[in-house]
Amino acid sequence: MAASCVRTVGSFLGKCGNCSSSLNTVTSQLSRQVLSRQICVSTALKKNLAAGGPEKFTVEFIQKQVEEFDIGKRHLANMMGEDPENFTQEDIDRSIAYLFPSGLFEKKARPLMKHPEEIFPKQRAVQWGADGRPFHFLFYTGKQSYYSLMHKLYSKILNIEKHQDRMRAKGLFSQDTKEISLDTSRWLTKEELEVLLVETISSNNYDRFIQLMERLLSMPYCNMEEEFVLHYRRPLEARSKKQMVPVPERDDKGVAFSTSDGRRKTSNSSVVLRDCGSGRITVNGQEYLHYFPVLQDREQLMFPLQFMGLLGRFDLQCTVSGGGRSSQAGALRLAISRALLSFLSEGEQETMRQAGLLTPDPRVRERKKPGQEGARRKFTWKKR
Amino acid sequence: NNLKPLTSASASFQACQSEKHLGQFYTLPSAHFRPLFPHGLPYRYQQQVKTFNEACFMVRPPALEVISYLKKADYSKPALRYLFYGVKGSGKTMSLCHAVHFCYTQGWVVLHIPDAHLWVKNCKELLPSSYNSARFDQPLQATTWLRNFRTTNEHLLSQIKTKRRYVWTKRESTDEGRPLGELVNQGISRVKSSSDVVGALMKDLRLQSSQPGADFRLVVAVDGVNALWGRSTIKKENKSVDLEELTLIHNLKKLMKNDWTGGAIITTLSQTGSLYTPKSAYLPQELLGETGFDSMDPFIPVSVPNYSEKEFESAYLYYLDRKWLQHPQSRTEDGKKELSFLSSKNPSMLDRICGFL
Repeated sequence: MAASCVRTVGSFLGKCGNCSSSLNTVTSQLSRQVLSRQICVSTALKKNLAAGGPEKFTVEFIQKQVEEFDIGKRHLANMMGEDPENFTQEDIDRSIAYLFPSGLFEKKARPLMKHPEEIFPKQRAVQWGADGRPFHFLFYTGKQSYYSLMHKLYSKILNIEKHQDRMRAKGLFSQDTKEISLDTSRWLTKEELEVLLVETISSNNYDRFIQLMERLLSMPYCNMEEEFVLHYRRPLEARSKKQMVPVPERDDKGVAFSTSDGRRKTSNSSVVLRDCGSGRITVNGQEYLHYFPVLQDREQLMFPLQFMGLLGRFDLQCTVSGGGRSSQAGALRLAISRALLSFLSEGEQETMRQAGLLTPDPRVRERKKPGQEGARRKFTWKKR
Repeated sequence: NNLKPLTSASASFQACQSEKHLGQFYTLPSAHFRPLFPHGLPYRYQQQVKTFNEACFMVRPPALEVISYLKKADYSKPALRYLFYGVKGSGKTMSLCHAVHFCYTQGWVVLHIPDAHLWVKNCKELLPSSYNSARFDQPLQATTWLRNFRTTNEHLLSQIKTKRRYVWTKRESTDEGRPLGELVNQGISRVKSSSDVVGALMKDLRLQSSQPGADFRLVVAVDGVNALWGRSTIKKENKSVDLEELTLIHNLKKLMKNDWTGGAIITTLSQTGSLYTPKSAYLPQELLGETGFDSMDPFIPVSVPNYSEKEFESAYLYYLDRKWLQHPQSRTEDGKKELSFLSSKNPSMLDRICGFL
């Protein structure tokens, strides 16, 4: 971590990325001034630390961290007995989890070893030179990268219009040029844009940016700037993750069967659904009536089949472990509905999904907190 | 309509017992019902009889099998032992009662012990036996049983005579040649000696039916026979009583031995009332234990399964017919499938589920 006490010195020395040697004398004078100032004003320094904002890392510091990371990676590979050249990040994670096993539940609190780029947040180098003149011409707008981006975008729009005029002049203007495929991606969110530009922008700015992009895309011939546009879009994850429908196989006698698992609240279950024609059910090798003497559990098992009207058609062979009576029944119900998917048409699968048969129940036992008697129950309040 | 109203003539009753009528219900005439089953039917079934005002049995293969054996058996040979076994609620007691009813219509003497488990647990009073001081008596259970026995076999008790002389106390005795009814009345009125009366009755009936000239046959029907070889929870001065020390059990075990002729022994296993047996045990070997199995050996095991498709449908139609199923959805095809699934075609489960529909 950056040595905070030498921050003021470092901020001067480090942020001058392009310091030339001729400025050394100036810097040494400045540093002497700063050093002297530092010895005298120690209380003011403390206040400055708080008001300075998040810690700033110098470029050299980051570089040093990167080197250390690489060396550490090679050491780790040697320790695990693997090839140092082809040691990927996944291997690193695996090795760290092996060497430092942690029982903490919060994944972010566990020991990790990642590339410094991912750990240290991106920060801007100092924007002005030794003479105090800023490098960028838009520095005094306050949001230089944002406005430079807008300018660039607008210049691209003008380019496209010029191109259009040229095509019209030649007589080759055509409306139906190749369009950029936008279905599988979405625009960057404001937060992501801030991360990209390494500066904060307001929501108005963000809206303006999106409007300009849309205007760019509305023009024909926008495929010239396809790469530029796609840089500012993120791929959409498969929005509705299609339920993995278990594939029905055929066993020796030609009977179609499908297997699937289900889970509810520490119970795990696995069901083999056979398309025999009898309605026999076996749970953990025992009779179903014997394993679930309570009517409610049997109703839970019955629900998927009864909902689809396929009660007497299937033969179930279930295994279940863990949990209690009710959670085992719930786990089995989920497993049955999943196994049933492979025997149903699309519309019926949709009705099952809407009935809530395919949703795994996320309710788990809430943890007991210290200072309380249970998860929610507090100790009896005594007035005195 | 699969219900056949039955007249009291035993001939038409016989006609109902063939295999053609598998799965159909037949009604018991109320004249038969009151004397035959003062005890011995499952509690839920008794309630159902009271609700529907009639007693209907379903003709099922296990009972039919036993009845056919009873018809064909040779009664000069030692008594055959039949054992009904099956999972809980599959209809063992009902099959037993069906067979007993058949014997009753044939005019046999019915020795029906409703539940042998009742004699080995929850005993309020325990007296040392007057006959044999090492054993213990259970006057209450014995008197209730004698009363029921009298109700069942009233018409026959006056005809059968005792063969020996029994001395109860210094002043009371029953002579040879007195009708059995007197013996039974003696037991009921003198509570202290009732267990000994039971023992004497059993011995007498056994001896008499073995004789070649006997004009009656004896059927011994015991429900929950595995109680005879299990353990008991009766405590005498904080020491649990061994089964051999109970007079009733001792006499019953003597009856169970097939050293007498001219009758049959029909029994069922029962896990529900049994002590110290796991819930999943239903096979004869598990429930009878080693000693029980050896003493019952050889016997004819008859398995009582859950309802088959046809039987289930018949039971369902019976409930519909009696307007027991009120829910509108229970009348549909889907409702029937649901019932079949939920009860897993177990008779008692079906009865319980239909109870609140």
